[in-house]
Amino acid sequence: MTLSRRTFVKVGGAAMALPFLGSRAFAQLEKIKIGFIYVGSINDNGYNYAHNQGRLYVEEQLGDKVETIFVENVPEGPDCERVLRELAQQGCQLIFATSFGFGDSVVKVAAQFPDIAFEHATGYMSGPNIGLYNARFYEGRAVCGTIAGHMSKTGKAGYIGSFPIPEVVMGINALALSGRRINPDFTVKPVYISTWNDPAKEADAARAMIDQGIDIVAQHTDGPAALQVAAERGIVGGFGQGADMSAFAPDTQLTAIIDHWGPRYVASAEAVLAGTWTPGNTWEGLKEDVVQMGPYGAKVPEDVRAAADEVKNGQIDGSFHIFTGPIKDNTGTERVAAGVVMTDAELLSMDWYVEGVEQPA
Amino acid sequence: MELTLAILITVVGASTPILIAALGELVVERSGVLNLGVEGMMLVGAIAGFVVQFHTGNPYLALLCGAAAGLVSSLIFGFLTLSLSANQTATGLALTIFGTGFSALAGSSYSARPVALMQPLFPADLATHPIARAVFGYSFPVYFSFIMVGVIWYFLHKTRAGLILRAVGDNDQSAHSIGYSVVLVRYFAVMFGGAMAGLAGACFPLLLTPQWAERMTAGRGWIAVALVVFASWKPFRLLGGAYLFGLVMTTELYAKAGGGPLSAVPSELWAALPYIATVVVLVLISRRRDASTNAPACLGKPFLPAN
Repeated sequence: MTLSRRTFVKVGGAAMALPFLGSRAFAQLEKIKIGFIYVGSINDNGYNYAHNQGRLYVEEQLGDKVETIFVENVPEGPDCERVLRELAQQGCQLIFATSFGFGDSVVKVAAQFPDIAFEHATGYMSGPNIGLYNARFYEGRAVCGTIAGHMSKTGKAGYIGSFPIPEVVMGINALALSGRRINPDFTVKPVYISTWNDPAKEADAARAMIDQGIDIVAQHTDGPAALQVAAERGIVGGFGQGADMSAFAPDTQLTAIIDHWGPRYVASAEAVLAGTWTPGNTWEGLKEDVVQMGPYGAKVPEDVRAAADEVKNGQIDGSFHIFTGPIKDNTGTERVAAGVVMTDAELLSMDWYVEGVEQPA
Repeated sequence: MELTLAILITVVGASTPILIAALGELVVERSGVLNLGVEGMMLVGAIAGFVVQFHTGNPYLALLCGAAAGLVSSLIFGFLTLSLSANQTATGLALTIFGTGFSALAGSSYSARPVALMQPLFPADLATHPIARAVFGYSFPVYFSFIMVGVIWYFLHKTRAGLILRAVGDNDQSAHSIGYSVVLVRYFAVMFGGAMAGLAGACFPLLLTPQWAERMTAGRGWIAVALVVFASWKPFRLLGGAYLFGLVMTTELYAKAGGGPLSAVPSELWAALPYIATVVVLVLISRRRDASTNAPACLGKPFLPAN
């Protein structure tokens, strides 16, 4: 029964799509159903929480014109394919797959449902009905690094990373580069813990780094554990990641990088409603309000706030790009010539550390 | 010296919940029951402890409620495996899955809410010197875990009740035929194991990271289960094993943060080390042909009275 129904949908969908092949025109719609799948829990205070806030933003902005459904804790792999197919069969016209690892499944399922718009976050495989979107989190890191460079007394920051993927490497480099603009001796010590979510391990990694001399902690994992340790130990401070985490360490969070997907999601939903959706490839940041900075902590002095604002505003008006040469890597080789700005493609495949970053294992 | 003491303090923090949960599981397994639900019971204890700490700010009450929640969840396991003779392995796995889901559901409205850490047991003046701090600077569960090692050893080897428990685990039919209630003894053991796992779980929001996060125990319940085998069901070996596992987990982070030769070891290998050590110990034990592995003879087998 299920099989025949699925086959019917597949064949029917293909037949319906035939006249439009090549033009990818979608009909104008009164109301659409939007599906979201998250790799983790919407209560993680970080990455997945932020995507879900984006979904709520869509509901708030578009009201009756949209209906949204979401599935959380979807493992990357065959399960994801099943969930995507279910969302498609439930009548979603637009589906957001919000994790890098969903890519293969999106490509497979999207081919079977050519009249549904798929959008994949932080991915690289597009298709006739697969759009890609990402956020320039490194812009936020540049603001954090500016604060760290000014405020660190030991000149050493610790950085808890999940996995050494370009996304994380880019953030570490942005923090180091921006810190060293202020304090040329500023260094960043990355520690990879091979998980996105293990609060006790994140906390222990923060303890290990603080015991060995860092006084600023940054993290690219999903929760506020490191920030809490920073507060417990009374070091200079840390940064929220993904969401404002000041509730966990009000005096210690110097600022936060907030993922604000809402405007991105509204734009896509409106395009599908209007029948003008085409698969895009967007990488938006502070300028488009997809990356936001949290409020400055009480500890951050006026002059540091001004310096941080300058970096933030420079990235908004396009006058400042943190990955502008000359940039040397941590072995001393010049990687980017003076005055040259790294391309997006170079950034998205970054696998080397800039000067001032200790080489991790 | 300062750094060594700092590492020691972090090791104690990492080892304590593993030790407490493993001590509970040791007693359960000595009675002949294999409960693979430790991870799930820890999560149930963690959310219960967190909620009570959040609303009352009384960490002792939070620990108690964490233990009570673990005990209640272990009764589900007990009822299915002891009263209904269900397969212990499958039921234990189901309990872990249930505990993970239940704790996530119960904790869904508690994200973004920090709590206060449990304060050290002894007054702060006792722990001003770094060495004194490494001895007197911990909160109650740390000392409790050490005391329980001795208590459980004494109970198992020096008391009549402990002898009965071991008899039930080693030969349930004989224990039954001389009049002991195998099921009742095992119920008590399972409940004790559940309470210890729940208390161990409550240590996460109270000692390590004062927040609730889904799956915050992140597999340490499984380490506890492995540890019981590693320690060949002996409490003092368990103490050594828990601290060895804690040391490995912590040294990784200090080595990476500090540079030096150890920092070149990949993190995947560090993560695998406790399990590799368990396999090595199992191989070593099984090579000693004269002695048994010390595993309770009825471990994991449902009790079906012969008459």
